[in-house]
Amino acid sequence: MTKFSRRGFNKALGATTALGALSLSGIAPAFAAGKAQVVVVGGGFGGATAAKYIKRFDPAVGVTLVEPSKRFVTCPFSNTVIGGINTIDDITHGYDALKGMGVEVVHDSVAAVDGARKEVRLAGGGSIGFDRCIVSPGIDFRWEAVEGLDAGTAEQIPHAWKAGAQTLLLRKQLEAMPDGGVFVISPPVNPFRCPPGPGERISLVANYFTKAKPRSKIIALDPKEKFSKQGLFKEAWAALYPGMIEYRNLDEDGLVRRVDPASRTLYTDFGEQTGDVVNVIPAQKAGKIAAVSGLADQTEWCPVDQRTFESTLQPGVHVIGDASLAGPMPKSGFAASTQAKVCAEAVVNLLRGAAPGTPKLVNVCYSLVSETYGISVAMVYGYEGGKIVKIEGSGGLSPSGADATFRRQEADYARGWYQSISRDIWG
Amino acid sequence: MASAGFASAPAQAEIASGAVLANTCFSCHGTDGKSVGDMPTIAGKSEDFITQKLKAFRSDELEATIMNRIAKGFTDEEIAALAKFFSGQ
Repeated sequence: MTKFSRRGFNKALGATTALGALSLSGIAPAFAAGKAQVVVVGGGFGGATAAKYIKRFDPAVGVTLVEPSKRFVTCPFSNTVIGGINTIDDITHGYDALKGMGVEVVHDSVAAVDGARKEVRLAGGGSIGFDRCIVSPGIDFRWEAVEGLDAGTAEQIPHAWKAGAQTLLLRKQLEAMPDGGVFVISPPVNPFRCPPGPGERISLVANYFTKAKPRSKIIALDPKEKFSKQGLFKEAWAALYPGMIEYRNLDEDGLVRRVDPASRTLYTDFGEQTGDVVNVIPAQKAGKIAAVSGLADQTEWCPVDQRTFESTLQPGVHVIGDASLAGPMPKSGFAASTQAKVCAEAVVNLLRGAAPGTPKLVNVCYSLVSETYGISVAMVYGYEGGKIVKIEGSGGLSPSGADATFRRQEADYARGWYQSISRDIWG
Repeated sequence: MASAGFASAPAQAEIASGAVLANTCFSCHGTDGKSVGDMPTIAGKSEDFITQKLKAFRSDELEATIMNRIAKGFTDEEIAALAKFFSGQ
């Protein structure tokens, strides 16, 4: 559990400034310098946005962001790295802009969020007190859902569903694969992070194969009956990558029961499939911090008040992003960021003793099928009867049968979206 | 209890609802509507221009790639608040 030695932690402490709310005694003052303190756990799309927007709404609120990594690699656009279009540096961001806004950034892992004592305990020792805490822990894997799979097997069979070293590992394996090889991908059961992500990954690997190893094949084994943007992806694959992709869903024996990492073989009910490169994306649950902090329920996800994202299990602690049960919203970086803004506004108002506003949320997920072919899904959400609801008549998919100009525009907008949102969050 | 010491802090501007509503637009159109990539910048456009555009997207009189789908999720009142916010940036 201890990630840093005490010495390492003290060093980390020295590197940060004016950590008024941090106490090594474990009994942290709730209001250092007499101002309200918010601790944000996790520096991804949800957490980094929340930290920034609390400062935007009220610079007087003390905000501490706890995130183990000094640099954050985004899952969105990581398929472009796997497909050889971008480098990992293109999708890596730091925290200097947040520090510039007055956010205290502590690079440590969180051992647990203690809602009763209103403190965040750090893996490296010590704790940080809060008036309100926002937790954006992302996802963790349910390795046990498929026999033969565990955290160790990800070195042979990467998931590449948390971006960084895993992204580069999958890229390296694809680069080393000979022409004529087989790439096997197995998407997870619902619910999971980035529903259109597997379709985009297949597309951008097919794009790479078409350029570099055109005799290669892609086989998808999916335990679901259908997948996100299925019609649009299949239309695009037929046009751009004919004959390269075989997609088998649940009723075509797509459910993987067992994995043999050594031979890179996936076993289904009626057959087996070996690949030169195999990418199994495991079933998912809320990030570990949620479970150890009593924020997750029997579903292994986090129930929240749909207006404020305050946990229904731990008052004073809010959960946003992939880990939260946010009604009909999908688990996406866009959704996490828009939830973070709603949550930040609610937290600032609650700290003032004022009523939180009425949420209005948007999600847009762009997927690249090639450099010049993009597709999207969008939805606008309101708040009715205590719930986040889809606004009838809004949202939906890109049209099927659209012309090349339309697809090209959406590819440009996909890149434009990535630039805008990453600047909005990490500066 | 958290708000006790906090409430006495000076200069607490109320959070404007238009600003909160506009925040979600930043994910594509850039912080405060100032795009850094190929998405259109909407900051500084006139209130009337933004209102007319959003309403035309909503009614499908004007065709876009995605804004028709998004504009349908907003009321006249919300469109007015968004237009006011972005025109002031």
